[in-house]
Amino acid sequence: MRITCPHCGERDVGEFAYYGDATKHRPDGSSELAAFIEYVYPRDNPAGPHRELWYHVGGCRGWLVVNRDTRSHEIFGVETAHDRRAEGARNAVAANP
Amino acid sequence: MSTTSTGMEGTLSRRDASPPATSAQQPARLASGGLIDRTTTLSFRFDGRMLSAHPGDTLASALIANGVKLVGRSFKYHRPRGILSAGPEEANALVELRSGARREPNTRATVVEVFDGLEAASQNRWPSLAFDMMAAGSVFSPFLAAGFYYKTFMWPAAFWEKVYEPLIRRAAGLGRAPEGIDPDHYEKAFAFCDVLVIGSGPAGLMAALSAARSGARVIVCEEDFRLGGRLLAERGSIGNETALEFVRRVEGELRSFPDVRLMTRTTLFGTYDHGTYGALERVNDHVALPPPFEPRQRAWRIVAKRCVLAAGALERPLVFGNNDRPGVMLAGGVRTYINRFGARPGRRAVVFANNDDAANVIADLHAAGIEIAALVDPRSTASPSIVALAEKSGARVIAGGVVTRVLGGHAVRAAEVRAADGRTRRIACDLVAMSGGFSPNVHLATHLGGRPVWNETIAGFVPGQAPRLMSIAGAALGTYDLARCLEAGAKAGAEAADAVGFQTRPAAIPTVEPQGSAVTPLWRVRGHRGKAFIDFQNDVTDKDVELAEREGFRSVEHLKRYTTLGMATDQGKTANVNGLAVMAEITDRSIPQTGTTTFRPPFTPVAIGALAGHARGKEHRPTRLTPSHDWASAQGAVFVETGLWLRAQYFPQGGDRSWFDACNREVNAVRSRVGVCDVSTLGKIDVQGTDAAEFLERIYCNSWRSLAVGKVRYGLMLREDGFVFDDGTAARLGPDHYLMTTTTANAAAVMQHLDFCHQVLWPDLDVGFVSVTEQWAQYAIAGPKSRELLEAIVDPNHDISNAAFPYMACGEVTVLGGLRARLFRISFSGELAYELGVPCRYGDAVIRALMQKGQSLGVAPYGLEALNVMRVEKGHAAGAELNGQTTAQDLGFARMMMMSKDFIGRALSQRPALLEADRQVLVGMKPLDPSARLTAGAHFVPLDAPVNAENDQGHVTSVAFSPSLNLSIGLGLLERGRERLGERLRVVDALRGTDIRVEVCPTCFLDPDGARLRA
Repeated sequence: MRITCPHCGERDVGEFAYYGDATKHRPDGSSELAAFIEYVYPRDNPAGPHRELWYHVGGCRGWLVVNRDTRSHEIFGVETAHDRRAEGARNAVAANP
Repeated sequence: MSTTSTGMEGTLSRRDASPPATSAQQPARLASGGLIDRTTTLSFRFDGRMLSAHPGDTLASALIANGVKLVGRSFKYHRPRGILSAGPEEANALVELRSGARREPNTRATVVEVFDGLEAASQNRWPSLAFDMMAAGSVFSPFLAAGFYYKTFMWPAAFWEKVYEPLIRRAAGLGRAPEGIDPDHYEKAFAFCDVLVIGSGPAGLMAALSAARSGARVIVCEEDFRLGGRLLAERGSIGNETALEFVRRVEGELRSFPDVRLMTRTTLFGTYDHGTYGALERVNDHVALPPPFEPRQRAWRIVAKRCVLAAGALERPLVFGNNDRPGVMLAGGVRTYINRFGARPGRRAVVFANNDDAANVIADLHAAGIEIAALVDPRSTASPSIVALAEKSGARVIAGGVVTRVLGGHAVRAAEVRAADGRTRRIACDLVAMSGGFSPNVHLATHLGGRPVWNETIAGFVPGQAPRLMSIAGAALGTYDLARCLEAGAKAGAEAADAVGFQTRPAAIPTVEPQGSAVTPLWRVRGHRGKAFIDFQNDVTDKDVELAEREGFRSVEHLKRYTTLGMATDQGKTANVNGLAVMAEITDRSIPQTGTTTFRPPFTPVAIGALAGHARGKEHRPTRLTPSHDWASAQGAVFVETGLWLRAQYFPQGGDRSWFDACNREVNAVRSRVGVCDVSTLGKIDVQGTDAAEFLERIYCNSWRSLAVGKVRYGLMLREDGFVFDDGTAARLGPDHYLMTTTTANAAAVMQHLDFCHQVLWPDLDVGFVSVTEQWAQYAIAGPKSRELLEAIVDPNHDISNAAFPYMACGEVTVLGGLRARLFRISFSGELAYELGVPCRYGDAVIRALMQKGQSLGVAPYGLEALNVMRVEKGHAAGAELNGQTTAQDLGFARMMMMSKDFIGRALSQRPALLEADRQVLVGMKPLDPSARLTAGAHFVPLDAPVNAENDQGHVTSVAFSPSLNLSIGLGLLERGRERLGERLRVVDALRGTDIRVEVCPTCFLDPDGARLRA
C-alpha cells in the first residue's frame, strides 16, 4: 500500500505502523468507568470504509487518520490526527460520495 | 530411437541433418538459425555427463540440442519425464543446479541460462535417472492416488511416524535442500515510474514504445534474458522486417530514451495495492559465481502510476494416455526450440492440436526439416488452410482424430491415434507436439482479488475487471492475433502515459498477416489408455479428478486440496484449466458453474533469501553501540544484546574465574568505593513547552507540577488499561523544560505513546518533545566515593557538596575544563550516586577521564550483571516485574497514584479485579538455608501443600546473589504478599528440579532507610 502522509507525501506502507480504530475518543477524565471500558476495549471490524489511526514511525512520526476501505484497501483521504476534528465532516463526505 | 514395429505406419529415419561441425558435440542442433552464438562453445554437466552448449541457450535447449530426452523423474510415480515447455510454466524438467551450499533444487531447466561450468542434476531418482528403483512396476502407484494420505497408511497409528512417513518421503519428493548457509548476497531495491510494462512480447514492446515516446518514465520487466517474448520464436514478418529485426529496432529506440529502464531477467511476481509491484531480478544467476560486491538476486519493489500487463498466455497440454512421456511437448515450446535455439526436439513428429496455431507448428517443423508424420486435429472440420499446409508438408491429416496414448518408456516411440471412424493406428514418431489451446496469464491481474471470467470463444479465462491503475493488452487478454496484439499494446501504452499527464498517440503499427486462432476445446481424450496427466508436476491424472468427484470433492477448492492439482512450484500453470474443465465435464456443469482459478503471489518461486535481502543473521536488524563501546571493548568487556544495543555485561579481570566473580567484584567496588556504568541506552526524551508540566501530569500517574526546577523525580507510567507501562525519572531543567528517561527496552514505545497522547488525545497542549537518547552519553557514577570522583572532573566553580547538590538534585555543570554537562543525583544502586550526561561525541573522552581520575579511588567499571544485582538488593522493579500484567498497586506504588488528576490509566486501574486483596504483589524472599541458590521462574507453594496448580501462589521474578549479604535473594509476585512478611514458603522450580524454603521479606534488602543515598 501507499499512504499519502500530509507532511511527507506518498510513502510506502512499510514506513507506517497500524494502530486501529480512529473513531474512538478518549472520555473526559471524570467519566464513568464504563465509558473508559468502551473506549479501550470493543472494536468494530467493518467491511468497507473505516477510519483508522496510522503512525508514520519511519517518517515524520505523525499520527494520521486514514480513511480506508478494508475490502479494497482504497484510501479516500488522509489527515493528521491533529486536524481530524476540523476536517472530520469533509472526510465523511469523501467516504460516501 | 530406431524402434519400429509391425503394423506401425512409417519409421524413424536415421538421417542426420546437422553438419559435422556441431553434430559431434550437439547431435540435435540444427545446422543454422537461432539466437545462439555458435562461435563460442560452453561446457556444462548434466548428471555428471559433460555436454556442450552455446551462449543464448537455456539448460533445456542445450539438453535438447545434445539429444537428451530424459531429464527427471516425477513426484509420486517416478515416471520418466522430459522437457514439456520452453518457458516459466515448465512442470517436468525440474533439476538441481550447482552443489553444496549453492545447491538449488526444483529449478526449471527452461529458464536456466547455461554458463560455462554449470552443474545440473536430475532429481527424485535412485540409484540413477535411467534405472529408478521406485519406478519399478510402479509398485506404489495404487497407494498414491488422490487423497492417499488421508486414507491410506492410517492404521495402525504408531506406524505413521516410524514406517509410513519415511517410506513416503523417500518415494515422493523433488530436489534436495542446499547443504549450508547460502554464501551469496541478495539485496532489495525500490524503483518508481509513470508506466510499468510487464512483458516484452508484441503488446509489451508497443506499449513501452508508445509510453516512452511521450516522455514518461517507463520500466519494462521481462522475465527472459532477452526482450521479445513470443517474437523470438516467430519466423513471420512484421511490416518489412523479420520479427527479430522488429524487436531489435524497438529495443534500440527504447534504449535511446533516458527515462526508460529495460529490466531483463526480471520476473514481476506480484501485484500489490496502490500501484506497488514485486519483482525479482536474477542479477547473477547466469554466471557461475556473482562478481565481487554484486548480489546474486535483487528483489524490487516497483511503484508505478500506471501499469500495462502484457504477460502473454501459456499453452495447455492435451490429456491423453502417457502424455507425460519424454518427447511429448507443448507445440509452442517445440517452435521455440527450433526457431529461437536452433535445437531439434525430434526427427519425426505427430502434431496433436485443437486450434489453428497448428499452422505455425507445421510450418516451423517443416522448415526445420523435421518430418511430420501426422496432424491429428480433434475437430471434425479442421481449417482448410491448415489441412493444405499439412498435406504440402507431407503430413497425413487425421481430422476428428485423437491421440489415445503414446508408446515408449524413456522416450516416445509412437503415437496411437484413433481416427474419426474409430479405427486405431500406431504412428511411429519421437515427438508429439501438442496444443490444447491457450490460457491468458491472468495471474497478475487477479492478485488483488479480481476474479477471472470464462471466455467461450478463446476457451480460456480472461481477467475480469483489471485492478485499478492496470490495463491489460495482448495475449494476456486473450488476443492472440499478432497484428491485434501490437495494436492493443500501442493503445494501452499511450493511454497509460496519457492518464498520468503525458500527451501521446499510439505508435504506428506495421502491417502483419492475420493469423487464425480458432479453438475447439478438447479437455481430455475419451477412451485413452494409460495414465493421462493433468498436473504433471504433482502427478495428478484425469482419474484422480474422477475419484475426487466420486468422493464428493467437487468444488474447485476441494479438488485442489484433495488431489493436489495446481499445487507445488508451478501452481498449476499448465494444469488448472484442464483440471477444472474435466471436473466440469464429469459433473455436467459449465466451466463458470464449476469455478474459476485464483492466484496469489508469487507468479514463480522466489527464494526467501531474495526477500530477506541483507537482513539476515546479525544484519537482520541494526546494532546500536554505546558511546563507551570502544573503550569497554578495549577493557575486554563481555557484551550482551539488550534490544538493539550491545551493553557491557561485565568486565573480566585476571583473577576472575567466571562472570560470577567479575560481577561480585564489581558490586563490591560500587558498595565500598566507586563504580562507573554506561547508562546511555536508557531512553531520553526532552520535553518543553508551557504545558510541559501538564503533559507529564497526564502521562505519569504521580505528580509533576510540584517538582521544583533543579530536581528529579521517579515517574510511573500506566497504559490506558491500568497496567504499568514503563518507569524512569524525569528532571525539571527549567519551568517549561523536563528531561524524561525511559527503560532501554521501552524507549521507542514510550516515544510513540507520547506522540499519540499529544497528537491524538491532547493536540491543544502547548508542548513539544524529541528523543535525545543518542545525543547524550550518560554515565552512572555510584558508590561512597562517587562525589570525590566527580569533584575530580567537574569544574571547580560548581559546588556539588551534599548541601548544595542533595539527593534528587539536577543541574548543568561543566566538566574537564568547560565541557557542558548535565548532572543528576539519582541512584539505581542504592549508593550515593550520580548520573552525568555529556554530548555523545565526548562520551569516549569522559569515560576515559573518569577511569583515569578515579584510579586512586579504586574506581571500577561495572556492567549489566552488577547493575542488576544491586537493583535486586534495593528491590527496584524492572523488566521481569513490569511484565504487562502488574499494576501500580501490585508493585507497591498505590500511594504514588494521584487520583485527583486525570492521567493515562487512571480510570481502568480502579477496576474491581485489579484492586482485589488476593492479587499477587511484589515481595522479597531469602532462602532459609544461606547456601541455597534461588532461581527465577520458580513457584511459591505453601510449606506442607502438594506441588500442583491449585497451590501455586505466585512466582519468583528476579534473583541475584548478593555479595553484600552473602546470600541468594529474590523478588517475586505472591498472593497477598504484603500481609505475609515473615511467612515461610517453598519455591519450587520443576524445570530445574529445585525446591527451596524461603522467608518472605520486604523488597528492599539493603539500606532500607536510604541513608547511603543521601550521604
